[in-house]
Formats: sequence, C-alpha cells, structure tokens
Amino acid sequence: MKSRRWALLFALALALSVIAAGCGGGDDEEGEGGGGTTAAAAEDVSGTISTVAVWTGAEAKAFQKVVDGFQEKYPNVTVKYKGAKDPGQVISTAVQGGNPPDVAALNSPGLMFDFVDQGALKPIDFAKSDIQANYTPDWVKNGTVNGKLYGVFFKGANKSTVWYNTHAFEDAGIEPPATWEDLIAAGNTLKNSGVPAYAFGAGEGWTLTDLFENLYLRIAGAEKYDQLAEHKIPWTDPSVKETLTEMTKIFKDSGNIAGGTSGALQMQFPDSVSQVFQPSDPKAAMVIEGDFVPGVVAGQTQAKPQTDYNVFKFPSVDGKGADDVVGGGDIVVMFKDNPAARALVKYLASPEAAEIWARQGGFSSPNKSLDTSVYPDEITRTTASALAQAETFRFDLSDLQPSEFGGDAMFTDLQDFFKTSDVDATAKKLEKDAAAAYK
Amino acid sequence: MTSTSVRAEFPNPVGTPPAPRQRARIRALGLPASFLAPAAILLGIWLIYPMVATVVRAFFDDRGDKFVWFENFDRMFSDPIIHTAIKNNVIWILVAPIAVTAFGLLLAVLTERIVWASALKIVLFMPLAISLFAVGVIWRIMYREDTEQGAINASLKVVHDVFKDEGVLPDARPSSDAVSDRFVFTKQLSAGDTALLGLTAISPREVPEGSTQAVEPQSTSGAITGVVWRDFSPGGGTPGTVENGELGIPGVTINLLRGSNTIETATSENDGSFEFADISGSGYRVQVAPKTFAQPYGGVSWLGASLITPSIIIAFLWTSVGFAMVIIGAGLSAIPRDVLEAARTDGGSELQIFRRVTIPLLMPVLTVVFVTQMIGVLKIFDLIYAIAPGSVQNHATTLAFEMWKRSFSGQNNFGLGAAIAAFLMLLFLPFLIYQVRSQRRNL
Repeated sequence: MKSRRWALLFALALALSVIAAGCGGGDDEEGEGGGGTTAAAAEDVSGTISTVAVWTGAEAKAFQKVVDGFQEKYPNVTVKYKGAKDPGQVISTAVQGGNPPDVAALNSPGLMFDFVDQGALKPIDFAKSDIQANYTPDWVKNGTVNGKLYGVFFKGANKSTVWYNTHAFEDAGIEPPATWEDLIAAGNTLKNSGVPAYAFGAGEGWTLTDLFENLYLRIAGAEKYDQLAEHKIPWTDPSVKETLTEMTKIFKDSGNIAGGTSGALQMQFPDSVSQVFQPSDPKAAMVIEGDFVPGVVAGQTQAKPQTDYNVFKFPSVDGKGADDVVGGGDIVVMFKDNPAARALVKYLASPEAAEIWARQGGFSSPNKSLDTSVYPDEITRTTASALAQAETFRFDLSDLQPSEFGGDAMFTDLQDFFKTSDVDATAKKLEKDAAAAYK
Repeated sequence: MTSTSVRAEFPNPVGTPPAPRQRARIRALGLPASFLAPAAILLGIWLIYPMVATVVRAFFDDRGDKFVWFENFDRMFSDPIIHTAIKNNVIWILVAPIAVTAFGLLLAVLTERIVWASALKIVLFMPLAISLFAVGVIWRIMYREDTEQGAINASLKVVHDVFKDEGVLPDARPSSDAVSDRFVFTKQLSAGDTALLGLTAISPREVPEGSTQAVEPQSTSGAITGVVWRDFSPGGGTPGTVENGELGIPGVTINLLRGSNTIETATSENDGSFEFADISGSGYRVQVAPKTFAQPYGGVSWLGASLITPSIIIAFLWTSVGFAMVIIGAGLSAIPRDVLEAARTDGGSELQIFRRVTIPLLMPVLTVVFVTQMIGVLKIFDLIYAIAPGSVQNHATTLAFEMWKRSFSGQNNFGLGAAIAAFLMLLFLPFLIYQVRSQRRNL
C-alpha cells in the first residue's frame, strides 16, 4: 500500500517536471556575437537568425523568396521567418522576455522609437553608405533616431494616390484632376452624372487621417508637418483648421459619398474599394487611398487595371505639393548585432532584394536604385517611382504619434468630424487628445 | 476503515501529543493531496498568480517600471470613454440577464409539450455551438444599413414597400436655378409658354426604358408644353439647355399648379415632352410630381451610435436564449406533476398556475440561469469587437473591451489595463460569492 503511494507521488512529480520543461522557452541559437569586420566573406558568415514582420499568407511567401535569395548569397546562414499580424505586440513581448528576434521589419516608426528608448535596438551605421546611396535623404532621415541610423525601409506604400473607375469618369466626361480645386469640380460633375464621387471606408478611421495628412502636407508645408508630428505646434493651429475646412468641401456633401455619411461611417475599407469597382452600377467613382488599393481590387472585384480602374497623383493645393508623397513603409531594424544579422540588413537595403519581391507584384520599394522596369505592371511602376523619387516624402502622421492618439483618438475625432463637419470643435478635440497622449 | 467510529467514541483530550491515530489521519490526507496537487499547482500558476500579478501591475505605469500608486485608477475614473463603458455595462447587466431568462422561460414553456419538441430545442440551442466572435461577424453582416446588403434592413424594406412606393428618380436634383428645390419651374406660365425641367444626379441606368433624345419644347397656343430630361452632358454641359445626347425621361408625372393646387397632371413621353392642352390665362406653374423623388427605404441604422448597444444585446440574446431554454426546460420537467394536477383541480387557470405554482418552483433554476448570464455579461467583449464598426466603438464599449483596447490593441498601457481588470474583478465578486455559497448549500 505504502510503496504504491510513493510510486504514485513520484510519477506525479515526474509528470509535472515534464510539463514545466515543455512550457519553458527553448534556447535561441545565436551566431557569433560582437562586431565583426565589415567585409566578411559570404561563406564565413554563419548562424541562424530569426526575423519577424507583419507579412503573412501570400506576402509571407513572397518574402520567403527574398530570404531564399539571401541564403543563396550566404549559404551558411539560416533565416527563420515568423509573420505576425501585430508585430509590435509580438516583438514587445519577446523583448520583455529577453528573447527578441535578430532582425525585424516594423510597420511604424513609432515602434522603432519605442524600442530605441528601451535600448533594444542596435544601430545599423555599418550600412550607412549603402543606404545613403540607395535612398533619398527623406527616407534615410525616417530611419534615423537621435542622429544614429537604426532602420532602413524595405517595403513602402505610397498614400498620395487616388484610384478611379475609368468608366464613371468617361461617362461624366472628365479627366483625372491635377489640382485640388479641379478635384472638387470633378466631384460635382460626377455627382451630376449620377454617380457619387467619393467612397470612404470611414468605419476605419485611418482612411480619413490619410486624406488629412495629404492635404496638410500640401497646405502647410513639410516643416509644419514635422512640427505637428512632434506636437511642437498644437492641433488648433490655423494650418490645421485650414486643412479641416478644405476637407468639409467633400464631407459636407453627404449625397456625393457612397452610402451617405452614416453609411460610410459603418463601412470597412475593403468594402469601400469594391463599391467603386464593382462590375456594374458603381456606388462611387473614386477612392482616395494608397497604392494597396489594387490588391483589394484584384481580390474582391473583376476590375482590370487601366481598362476599368486607374490612378492619379493626389492633387496639388494652390499649386503646391504636386509630387509630395505621404506614405508608409516597413522598417528593417536589428535587435542583435552579429555578422549574419548585419548581412541580412545590408542585403535588404540593396536593390537585389527589392527586385525579387518587386517582380512578384504587390510590392513597392522605396529604394531609388531599383530599376522600375522590373515591376509587373504600369500602375505599380507609376506609384512606386513616385514613392522612391519623391523629393518631399513624409511618413504617415498618424503612425508617428503615440498609439493611443494616432491609432485611436485621432481616428475617432476625424470620424466625428466626418459626421459633423465642425472645424473648431474637431481641432479642439484633436488638441485635447494629443496633449493627453503626449503627457 | 473503522478508525473513524473509534475516534468518535474516544475523542482526543486537549494538550496531549497527537496519538498514532492522528498521525494516521494526517498521512491519510496525503493521497487526496497528491491527487489535488497537479490541479492546484496549475491553478496556482495560471489563475492565482496572474490574478495577483494583475492587481499589483495596476499600481505601476504603462511600461511597468514606475510605481504610481492610484494614478491608473484615477485615470480610469476620469476618462469619459470609460464612463461610457461603465454605463454600457450597467445597461447590459440590467437588460440582458433578465431578457435571456424571461425569453428562455417563455420558450421552455412553449416547447414543453409540442410535437418535435426535441428538434426545436436543438435548433434553438445551436447558436451556443459557435464562437461568440463568429456570432458577432454574422450579425455584423446582417445589420448592414444598405438594404441591398443587410438582411434585416432588406426584410424591413420588403414590408415598407408594401405600403410605400419608391420613386423613379430618388436621387435627382434640379440642374439649374430654373427649377426650384421642390422641382417647380420657377417662371410663372401662361398659355403658349414652355417649361424646361432639367434634372441631374441621375445615372444613365436610372433613365427608364425607351427614352430618346430630349426635344426642345415648341410653344403652342392655348397650351403649356415642356420637357423633363436628364440635363447632363459629359464634362457637365450647359445646365438648363437641352443639348445633343441628353435623354428625355419618360413616364414622369408632371403637375400643373395654380396657386398651390394641382389642377391637372400629365405624363412625359419618351422624349421627355409633356403638354397641358386647353389652357387659358396665366398664373400657372409646373412641377415634377414629388412622388417621383420618393426616397427608397433607407433602412434602420443598426450600427449607428444610438442603436449599437441594443443591436449587440439582440445578438447576445440570440446566442444565449437557447441555453436558458434548455436549462429551464429541464427544471420544468422536474416539477412533480401531481402538484400541477392539484392546482388544476383546485380551479386555477393556466396563467394563475404558471404564476403561483410553476415559477416559484422554478426559482432555483431561474436564479442559476440569471446569475450565470450576469457573469457572462459582465465580461462581454467578443461581440463588441466583432459588431461595432470603428466609428461607434466608443459608444458600444464595455469595461472588458476597454481593458483589451488599452493593453493589447497597440497602446500597450498595461498599467491602465490592469487597473480596469482589477475593477472588473471587484464587480464580479458578489456574484461569485453567491454562486459558491449556493453550491455549498446544495452539497
């Protein structure tokens, strides 16, 4: 009786220890640490490195081909890739647990600032000359924190684009407008032709912040944009109010928006796109959003590029900012300094890496050394070269804010503005929420 | 084992060292303890430790480094969005559990003795088999305001259209100032005059079948002639004048007004022309009949700010009523038949029996269902996340949702999230204590 009891206790203890071992994290294998020589031979670099980024599904497969290209160059390095819907959260947890990936692609500079603050990132100055050769100064600046280079942009998004239904434009007899005033006039003509001019996925606030940012950059200029981004000027500044007033020219006319004001406020972004490009009887003629729209069009409608849909640059305002680009991008950063990680960062900063994904489609590179003929279609070529060559490029302002403002309150405030068109109240509320977030 | 009865007859006097039987008793606890140990340890790791750690975390800042006393709680109670969350939680607590229990009772009684009772119960119970998030997605799609997309508004539109007809041109606007906002031709007319009723914001598809090129109306003595047409040419054209390529709109009712009375009506031809013959004198006006512009049924804004919380509560009811019905149904069948028989022979009507016999006997079951729903409702999150569009999230939010949003949706303010979680735990306590106590009593 007694021995059976002890045997049982021993078995239980064994089971518990097995479970505990299984629950604990596995050891990560690092390549040789420390700063090696800058020009290590490709065969000398070895190790296993882990990477995390936001790309999943088809994008993960495309990125895997880029990684394969890297592993061809560096045959002794193994790269493990993990896609995460919210890389910031995944990596934050990993950093807190003391086990960050070697290299990661973050989808907002705010995350990069946070990690630099925490001391989790290693500077990538070893790649500085490459990066300065391949990117315009604005792009390099966006990866710089406190004078040190921490990130290089691998994938970019051009948000200064407007996508339109070519048939609707034909029926209305209008050409893609080049100025903001022409855009408003075109909107009225479209309305008279019987199709609402604009589709907004206003249920997702970022569609509205993108419009604000494009207008603000052109109305207030790049310097003020930077000041607003760092909250050095308040949101009650006259330049903000002027921009909001311009936006009311579109928002006030509920009949010219697909679904009306209340319908648009409930609509998700993909639906707003498919409404414009559905096969017959489009619900609107234009959607003002970035170069990821074709992906949604391809996935949800039968519209063909150039026959059914096309793009024009976000128009200039008062003749200013015709080529300005507001956009986003994925920044490649390094958490652990080892030769393999350095090699990967340098590789991703090169046009070869960009070319591999560019050929597959669904990708724009901010790398200006990339030969744009490798893009699979005319439309991507247009939006991507605008992105890489822009003299004035600014990162999406809402992504630069502390996330409780730029990811939440700013959206809600602009959604309320979409409903009310009340410029003064909105400016005050934006300032109040921004001040609270920056405290 | 006989030791128990022996111990009862010879209790151990106080102050003496444990007798061998005491030690045996302690050793006898060893086996149950070792069986409980794995569960207890896992509970300790995955439940007790996180619970304590969360409460402790609530006193630190968002990064977790600085001890900030009650700052998070202060922030929590001064944030207007969290006020809305608390208000919504109160609404949920007051409405949902009672509604679920009441509907469950109703359905249990109704499905008690009908044919196919089991099949019906299975169908009504099925929503519980899918995840609450999936329920939310389903209802989100059904709640769409567009009557061509949302199932609920589409059904309402069918009912609405039985009573009211949709106009031929619901979105049309006057093309120029020559036509007023109420679609009256602004110029006063006499016999021999013509009227140009230009309309825009009409898509080519909306123009009825058989329409042809609009014609400029000819002045006819003793009559008023006119044309109603789609006044739009590519590029805009010249509003107010009939141009090549602009189509007339057939089948539109035109009213001839004198003062504010409609004295005659006419219908436009394929080329949009109409004529009022035998006119004498002046002081006439023509108007496109208002019913042409009758708006289609717009649908109820289920996902708008005012209705969002009721809409989500309805989705929750759909999920949980089946559960309540099954439990209460079991309770109903446990009621002894002779009690009901006795009540009937005593001359009670069905309603009286229901109120005074059935419900009191069902009270324990009803209370169980009620308290369970109460606990489920306090932590409602998935439905809010799935159903409420971003623009109304701040109107539909609850404490659990705010806790998630502040901690995990990118804001990473774990201190504030932990404070909300701690507060939520406090709200649960009365119900948990009640449940534990009532279970103890039943044992």
